[in-house]
Amino acid sequence: MTDVASPAAVAEAPVDQRPPAQAREVFAAASARRTNVLTRWRKRLSWPLGIYTTPVAILIVWQILAETHLLSATAAPAPTVIARTGWQLWQQGTLPTDLVISLVHRALVGFALGLGVGVVTGVLGGLLRSGEYLFNGVVQIFNTIPILAILPVMIVWFGIGEKPKILIIAFGAFVPMYLNLFAAIRSVDQRLVEMARTTGAGTWRLVTRVFFPGALPGFLVGLRFALAYSILGLVAAETLNANSGIGFLITNGQTYMQPDQVWVGLVIYAILGLLADQFVRLLQRTLLRWRPSYEAK
Amino acid sequence: MTSTATATQAGALVDQVVRRFGDRVVLDHLDLTIGDEELVVLLGPSGCGKTTLLRLMAGLDRPDGGTVEVPIRRAIVFQGDRLLPWQRVLPNVTLGLYGPDAGERARLALAEVGLAGRERAWPKELSGGEAQRVALARALVSDPELVLLDEPFAALDAITRLRMHNLVRQLRRQHHAAMLLVTHDVDEAIALADRIVVMGQGQIAASYPVTLSAAEREVSVAREDLRAALLADLGLANQH
Repeated sequence: MTDVASPAAVAEAPVDQRPPAQAREVFAAASARRTNVLTRWRKRLSWPLGIYTTPVAILIVWQILAETHLLSATAAPAPTVIARTGWQLWQQGTLPTDLVISLVHRALVGFALGLGVGVVTGVLGGLLRSGEYLFNGVVQIFNTIPILAILPVMIVWFGIGEKPKILIIAFGAFVPMYLNLFAAIRSVDQRLVEMARTTGAGTWRLVTRVFFPGALPGFLVGLRFALAYSILGLVAAETLNANSGIGFLITNGQTYMQPDQVWVGLVIYAILGLLADQFVRLLQRTLLRWRPSYEAK
Repeated sequence: MTSTATATQAGALVDQVVRRFGDRVVLDHLDLTIGDEELVVLLGPSGCGKTTLLRLMAGLDRPDGGTVEVPIRRAIVFQGDRLLPWQRVLPNVTLGLYGPDAGERARLALAEVGLAGRERAWPKELSGGEAQRVALARALVSDPELVLLDEPFAALDAITRLRMHNLVRQLRRQHHAAMLLVTHDVDEAIALADRIVVMGQGQIAASYPVTLSAAEREVSVAREDLRAALLADLGLANQH
């Protein structure tokens, strides 16, 4: 306000100090908003790959770096080279056999075993005080022991056959499954439990209609960790000693100086992790429809 | 004891009940009798032990002294709706219900509270008033002899609350149950009660039978007198 000369200007001064009149917000239906070609294209192009965007971007950058020889072929061969090697191994018949041994004979059996034991003990520990006292201490001890540390013990106990590998994978799945399921059952809203009791619902209904669905979100978190840790267990078990499977593929490639083959094994492990995560996400979307969850824009 | 034994064939009998939390005596030898099909409103300021008494009558808590005698067939409507978010409306109502006709009975109960056709809705899709009506249906579907309501409409807006009062009056004509409604709302008490009891110092401090007609409960001199008396009991004599 430098030009306060005339009385008229003084009278107008307070008017000028209000927030400008155009500082307003208008909310309307998305379709009514004015769209030009640019915004339409931007919308079409924004995140078309979802969570795969970053992995794909990394692959592209990697390929460019490899083609321009900024990245040496011994350090990391180009994705196309890895894919070609994978295809060759597949045609030779070694990759399918190794995949079946790793995924079905080891991962699936071990995971199912660990999941089964984890769910049974988790439910007992969550619902019963005696179950908590029976299992909790042991699992808490297990929780702090790294998978790699118990591998030597397993080999001493069970030799170098399939048994220690399956048990390592089962161990990896069991611990997070138990811990998460236990915590999930214990954190079911006590007000709902109280309400269900007053309606006259029996114990079976209480468990199946209140405790299990209430613990489902926590169970799925446990499932995600269990899948990740059992893949970790698979890698650990196969890397240290194996004469078949993906881990053998990697150690074999290392021994005979074939980095391409090592990378094929690594990529398979990576894809396995991504698929496991996507599987749990799918379960969450279908099983937790009732939840008013936050959707990021 | 023989005289009270007959009085509690239906309804409820609370006899010399004591409940302590640490050093604090919340209920101090409290007596309360609720007659057959009587609607008693329990009025009192926050923290005076209303909910404690209701929880004792619901069997959710045990007294430190005295006895509580209530029918086995009783139901509770809590302050929040306490619906299971992972079940649709109908299974929420049939939670404590067994038998082949459970679904049909739940449908009727939902129709009674004006929610016919919403059986397959998720709790998250309901408004606050609708959710509380489902909770009401869940309580009434078991045909209880005693219904305990713990500030069931406290979280609702004024208009919805008035609709709920009408609903309670209408439901009382169909269900022959004794009711205990806990509230801190004097107007709600006058609108619904057969008898209003005011809690103070861990006991029933005052008891007012309400014999006003529906119109008189809305506007009348007797209503204003009762309201003034209740406010005085609550220590709010100068306010209106």
